[in-house]
Amino acid sequence: MIQMIIKRMVSALAMLTVLSMIAFVLIQLPPGDYADAYAGKKSQGGAVMTAEQIEEIRDKLGLNEPLYIQYINWASDFVQGDFGYSWEYHRPVIDVVAERMPVTLTLVFMTLVFTYFIAVPMGIYCALRQYSIGDHAISLLGYIGLAIPNFMFALILLYLSSVFWGTSAGGLFSPVMQDAPWSWEKFKDMMAHIWVPVVVLGTAGTAFQIRTMRATLLDELNKMYVTAARATGMDERKVIMKYPVRMALNPVVSTLGWELTNIISGAPIVGVVMSLPDMGPLFLNSLLNQDMYLAGALVMVYCILVILGTLISDLLLMLLDPRIRMGAMKA
Amino acid sequence: MSSTQTPQTHVMTTADASAVAAPPAAGSADTSANTSSASNTNSISNTGGLSNTSRLSNPNNSVKPEGQVRRYDLASHWQLMWWKFRKHKMAMTGLIILALMLVSSLLAEFLSPYDPLKRNSRYAEGAPMGIHFFDEAGDFHLRPFVYARSLKRDPVTLKRSAVVDTSKRWPIHFFVKGQKYTMLGLIESDIHLFGVVNEKGKASKKAFIHLLGTDELGRDMFSRILHSSRVSLSVGFIGVSVAFVLGMLLGGAAGYLGGWVDEAIMRMVEFIRAVPTLPLWLALAAALPREWSALQVYIAITFLLAIIGWTHLARRVRGRLLSLREEDFVMAARLAGCSHSRIIARHMLPSFMSYLIVDLTISFPYIIMAETSLSFLGLGLREPIISWGVLLNSAQNIQTLAQMPWLLLPGAVVVIAVLAFNFVGDGLRDAADPYTR
Repeated sequence: MIQMIIKRMVSALAMLTVLSMIAFVLIQLPPGDYADAYAGKKSQGGAVMTAEQIEEIRDKLGLNEPLYIQYINWASDFVQGDFGYSWEYHRPVIDVVAERMPVTLTLVFMTLVFTYFIAVPMGIYCALRQYSIGDHAISLLGYIGLAIPNFMFALILLYLSSVFWGTSAGGLFSPVMQDAPWSWEKFKDMMAHIWVPVVVLGTAGTAFQIRTMRATLLDELNKMYVTAARATGMDERKVIMKYPVRMALNPVVSTLGWELTNIISGAPIVGVVMSLPDMGPLFLNSLLNQDMYLAGALVMVYCILVILGTLISDLLLMLLDPRIRMGAMKA
Repeated sequence: MSSTQTPQTHVMTTADASAVAAPPAAGSADTSANTSSASNTNSISNTGGLSNTSRLSNPNNSVKPEGQVRRYDLASHWQLMWWKFRKHKMAMTGLIILALMLVSSLLAEFLSPYDPLKRNSRYAEGAPMGIHFFDEAGDFHLRPFVYARSLKRDPVTLKRSAVVDTSKRWPIHFFVKGQKYTMLGLIESDIHLFGVVNEKGKASKKAFIHLLGTDELGRDMFSRILHSSRVSLSVGFIGVSVAFVLGMLLGGAAGYLGGWVDEAIMRMVEFIRAVPTLPLWLALAAALPREWSALQVYIAITFLLAIIGWTHLARRVRGRLLSLREEDFVMAARLAGCSHSRIIARHMLPSFMSYLIVDLTISFPYIIMAETSLSFLGLGLREPIISWGVLLNSAQNIQTLAQMPWLLLPGAVVVIAVLAFNFVGDGLRDAADPYTR
């Protein structure tokens, strides 16, 4: 078991290393480097820099070193929490990211909770009442939920809310709370707003999980052990909840890590459309303005979130499912 | 097909079977596979003894008269798949919708009344124009028409805007002469399927028709949607094709070569699947050089998107190759002296081709949605190449949206296309294994 965990962590670390290389290449891709950008900013302010001065900055920042040395420098800085400097915000990248990170984390976590809390009971209902009106309705909604792109769904909600209630469903806080320091009141205010992006972000995943739950439960319900359990005269509720549902939960829960990847993947675009104070708009802006240190750092943060999340969900699964645990022991 | 008909159409005598290459009941679409001689001879030889084709039996005709061959016994694999697919109503609906979309996107220049880039300064930000048969007075006109729009200056803001003028009608004519175009680089013409003429029955600059409204520059949304479908669908097709080739090559290499190649490729697949794709694409798309032309960006984005599609396919190909390696028919082919490439291409591949097609159909909507999302954020395709996402790009903020809700229409097209693909995918998934049930 411990061996398995260590193995899992090593592979996560390896992935992070590869990802950091990709992020570094991304930072390097746009033409011009840090020194050029700095000179550009300066010249906008009126101060002209000579070529020697630019060269001096290059030397000082190590931009004349070979690429792999630069990478090592960048990576070691990154590990120590120095993500570089953002031109757009005139602040260290880490400060900008740290400010936005909690909202993203809350959003992702709540979406995950929402997905499973809706999907599991719905899936059970659909399987037990197969071909009922409710089942058909949920299937139809599920199809649409899978087919509608996140941003489209967000746009429609925004439009409807502005037409019917005259207010915008975007943002996370009411105008009063916008700049207020964090407090219980502000938290409550956020909870009142956050459900909209949660629904937008969670719908596709929920639809998918309902389908999985329904299909596997239907398979399980036809198995002999269910008949056997019924034959013992067990309470029907107990028959279903205790055996087939437990079995059917397996594929649903084991996609936890994958679901998390999807949610984090979709978060930036929903953040942009609904103008949430999370990392999404930050990310898009940094990309559009080629503020590459910020962009690279954000790519890394998104990837780290996914990898950590998958790691945690794998470990949880190992705890929950004895078969995985046993398989791990054998391996 | 209805169940009452089936016994007669399916039950045939041996004599029939050998004489008839295409059974009379077969629909026109599925006659091609009937001529497959291999399945014919096979089934006929089976009819002598008790056949092993019973696993093909259909509940409709489970009573099998001695010495007779049913249509099912003669059908090829693809034909069985088609029959099963045909029963899936949603899938058939999806297929029809997709076919319509494809055809209309190919004929976009002919079907659309205007060039997608042409601006109508008299009707910028114009609302969709309804088609009428009855005029204000309640009189019926056989020829449908739209009401005329005239420009009026707002007395307060002095802003010019178009207002409906119900006193004048612009009748809709078919096959009208309009702007010249070259369709698909082949056909030059100036005939458009429909258009409006002025009261004198002449095509004029003053009369216009915008069924789905116009955007902020006065470009016709209907024409733009038709043209953008071509781009969006082509991104899907090219993306899927690239994914297909990549998946076959890499999956094939992994399954066939094994060893460290297998290990390396499978690690790569795992890696790509575990990465948050959208942020990474956004970053990659943003890193494309700014000075690239719209066409170059289009090609680059398409290939970027193909990177997701292949992992699933590679896994499938590898898994099937590994399990098929042990099958008897592969051993037989090897004993017969077939080369490795022939064994893979001619013996192994056809046996799981249907699953690959299912996988491809399912990855289609992902690519389309990804492209739409990228372009929507302004990091994907760019004007003058228009896709659904590029059109939606102008619907980004809520102020424009509240004023011009029809800008969201391309989104509806996206949803319909993705739905259709999902339905077809479902149908294909069921049909991929036509021998069960």
